[in-house]
Amino acid sequence: MEIYWLLGIPLAGGLYLALWGNRTHAPEINAAFSLATLIAAGTLTARIVDEGPMLAGGDGWFFIDAFNVFLVALTAFVAFTTALFSRPYMRIEQDHGRLSAARLRLYHASYQIFIGTMLLALTTNNMGILWVAMEGATLATVLLVSLYRTPAALEAAWKYFILCGVGIALALFGTILLYFAAEKVLGAGGGALLWTHLNGVKAQLEPVVLQLAFVFLLVGYGTKVGLVPLHNWLPDAHAEGPTPISAVLSGLLLNVALYAVMRSKVLVDGALGVHSLAGNLMMGFGLLSVVVAALLIKRQTDVKRMFAYSSIEHMGLITFAFGMGGPVASFAALLHMTLHSLTKSAIFFAVGHATQKAGTQVMDDIRGLIKTNPTIGWGLMLGTVAILGVPPFGVFASEFLIITNAMHQHPWATPFLLAALGVAFASMFGKVQPMVFGETGLPRLPHQPALAPVFIHLALVLMLGLFIPAYLADWYRQAASLLGG
Amino acid sequence: MSLTYHLQVVNLLAAVLLLIAFAMLSQRRIVGLITLFAWQGTALAASTIIVAWSTAQHHLYYSAALTLALKVVVMPWYFFRLVRKLDVDRDVEPMINIPTTMLIGIALVIFAFNLALPIAQMAGTVTRSTLGIALASVLLAFLMMITRSKAIPQVIGFLAMENGLFFAATSATYGMPLVVELGVALDVLVAVFVLGIFFFHIRETFDSMDLKHMERLREK
Amino acid sequence: MTTGVLLQITQTGLALLLAPLLMGWVNICRAWLQGRSAPPLLQPYYTLQKLFHKDAVLAHDATRLFRFAPYLIFACMVLAAGIVPTLANDLPFSPAADVIALVGLFALARVFQALAAMDIGTAFGSLGARREMLVSFLAEPALLMVFFTASFISQSTELPHIVDRLAHQEFALYPSLAFAAVAFWMVSTAENARIPVDNPSTHLELTMIHEAMILEYSARHLALIEWAVALKLFTYSALGIALFLPWGIAAAGDLNALPLALLALVLKLALGGAALALLETINAKMRLFRAPEFLGTAFLLAVLGMLVHFLLEV
Repeated sequence: MEIYWLLGIPLAGGLYLALWGNRTHAPEINAAFSLATLIAAGTLTARIVDEGPMLAGGDGWFFIDAFNVFLVALTAFVAFTTALFSRPYMRIEQDHGRLSAARLRLYHASYQIFIGTMLLALTTNNMGILWVAMEGATLATVLLVSLYRTPAALEAAWKYFILCGVGIALALFGTILLYFAAEKVLGAGGGALLWTHLNGVKAQLEPVVLQLAFVFLLVGYGTKVGLVPLHNWLPDAHAEGPTPISAVLSGLLLNVALYAVMRSKVLVDGALGVHSLAGNLMMGFGLLSVVVAALLIKRQTDVKRMFAYSSIEHMGLITFAFGMGGPVASFAALLHMTLHSLTKSAIFFAVGHATQKAGTQVMDDIRGLIKTNPTIGWGLMLGTVAILGVPPFGVFASEFLIITNAMHQHPWATPFLLAALGVAFASMFGKVQPMVFGETGLPRLPHQPALAPVFIHLALVLMLGLFIPAYLADWYRQAASLLGG
Repeated sequence: MSLTYHLQVVNLLAAVLLLIAFAMLSQRRIVGLITLFAWQGTALAASTIIVAWSTAQHHLYYSAALTLALKVVVMPWYFFRLVRKLDVDRDVEPMINIPTTMLIGIALVIFAFNLALPIAQMAGTVTRSTLGIALASVLLAFLMMITRSKAIPQVIGFLAMENGLFFAATSATYGMPLVVELGVALDVLVAVFVLGIFFFHIRETFDSMDLKHMERLREK
Repeated sequence: MTTGVLLQITQTGLALLLAPLLMGWVNICRAWLQGRSAPPLLQPYYTLQKLFHKDAVLAHDATRLFRFAPYLIFACMVLAAGIVPTLANDLPFSPAADVIALVGLFALARVFQALAAMDIGTAFGSLGARREMLVSFLAEPALLMVFFTASFISQSTELPHIVDRLAHQEFALYPSLAFAAVAFWMVSTAENARIPVDNPSTHLELTMIHEAMILEYSARHLALIEWAVALKLFTYSALGIALFLPWGIAAAGDLNALPLALLALVLKLALGGAALALLETINAKMRLFRAPEFLGTAFLLAVLGMLVHFLLEV
């Protein structure tokens, strides 16, 4: 039952906001719908924790297990805090005259639909519907990326649409191949694309076909994850879209895309054996992403672009860890997924306020945040420190786990990982430090922004670094074992 | 060759599909491109109907009807309207000259055929050998997309890619489950309308539909 | 044997007679489609008759080659028209009806045409010859590829075998032939100097190819060349029919099918001529430098046809 609430609320929210979204209280409505979604996600999570995995709807159209329920909870949570953040943020944008009421309506409606499609992608049991939902999520955000209608924003949105469109088309081909393989074992019809059914017969699926299917699925969904060399859309979309959208793109959409890859990987591993092509491909793409993104961070001048590259780096790291497989690596990857979402969205919140105040996204022009606006300054600094993996923040723990595990399983990869992380650390810290502590002539701002979401997220990240609650650890372990650990 | 006639017709339509994909690659005018796209949709729908009829897979009739409605009627009409409204039908020089593009196209076809061969041999469906053609159409559409600098040809390339995928689904597996097909169709429809809106934005901002203006965002 | 020889003579004679008629028919159709009043159907015959009755004028510098070339070209075309199966399939010349030999025959005629054009040393002559060689250099491989695609199906390059396989055995649709047919149409427009590669009805120095080469001919020489041109069009039409629409051609030793075969041939030629006129009307002549692209496309299509054959028909 909760599942229908979970999917119905954002959909209803999208409809409501599309019709009446130009009213002044639309941002509050948006937050309220997000809160309702969060509550639905919470009850669903509680139920899964109590009762274990469940199938719902018809022939089992929805399937919730430990792996996706934690992503559902995370998605609903970040969606809610982002809605909170976007409430004052978008109002100020409107006051600055960058947006009209009509565009805000579009923004709010698309936001809810975007959240809804992501939740659908996470909860559906049907690999075909998963594809449909992923495509829906792209479409919902295309017009959000181009919301400001500047030439750069339009270009970014176009790139986003075309690249992700091509990617997703390849993923469809992968899905067709998957169905093609499944149909022979399960017979034609809707049942042959249900993940639970596929999972049951995965050892009988034709390996050649599955191998090819996985290549297409990885390239297709990997475009959305932002894996190098398919990452071109990502920095542009993050830099040119409104900041709340950057936060949810980085924090949520990339995770959901990776989730789709992982669901496919489980099947392929079943057909081909664990240390197969799938894992190697993911490790290759992941490592390449980490290295290339780390090198590119150094060359950025736009603060949102820089953090977008940092997202590519971290998604690469997670992909690498999933590719390695094994209980520890999968555990670490799941943990890192959570931490990255929380930290990166917190950073984007802080960056959003900083750029809004400074009126520019160019890092050289943003200086001395600690003096003009201590809350933003501290938020940005702490967020950066957290994402760079400084202890005691949780990212340290997950990165540490991934790297020690890599040393154990694939020693050749560790120098690359360590060097990339080092380069990323040096260049990012070097760029953020003057932004926060540099000299500025600007006066201290009279009012303080509401940055509660930033500090809530960072507090969670800190907590996960210090200790992971037993039930959470247990939960991750379950999820890791589902992934073939 | 001991295939029954309707399967031979499907094969013939597959060849026509590929032929149209090549014609699109060499087409310079946007209006010509839209017409070819409509023909491709027609061939696709026809082959789907034949497969549906010969294998008694009734849900394929729905997807054929869907294809016919969306890809032969609604979308071409919408594109023609866009072209008229935006006044963008001129000769477009592609970024790579056409003979080179065609040569790359041939290479892609060979690649696709090779890739599909082992799978086709495994397929239980009678129309299996068309899988290679479907894959080739997808790759050719992709090629067209990356060699064109105008917005509408790129989108038509995208949709032609979708056509190829659809054909793969019918030829290799007798179509995906209907729910999925409906979802895909919905997505495509939404995509086209989102893009329609988007075209107007591009046009407003750049005063042209040439994407060469959109090369500001790149790594320095 | 005698019937064979008789049939062979009939078929060749028929080709000689029908060729100008086909030309006249195409011209009529074109006039209709373009809204002009049409010339009489027999106009090409009148022209030929008129030309044969005139006195030949030769250029000062013309060598024997120049005088000899029209006869050779005409002979090549008669031979070609004779060996392509139009009515019946088993004729004394049948073993010679190999598609590669046919391409060779066309090439021989073309070489002499070009040599004769350069012989008198006018600017137009060598210009036309050069253009002709450029076009044919690209058209020939494409034509060969078309033939190869067709011959893969019947495992033979001999036309009678191909026709036999396509027309008289179990009916089947060959997707590869769809590609080959389009490629064949493209090549034959180039080879027969039709739109969109060349325009047979203008003498515009910037664009003409074939006409530039025969500017210096007159009287019987010109008549032979015009007749050869008509025969070439006829042969190509017959080839197209034999490869892509062979139904109706009488099978080996089936004399009763001959009247039907004649009827079918006339019908198919009439339709083909009308289609040619239609295509010429809706297409515009392309710039000369587009011709390589056009023929390159034809070649690629033929290759594609071959690939499709391997994928779908093996």
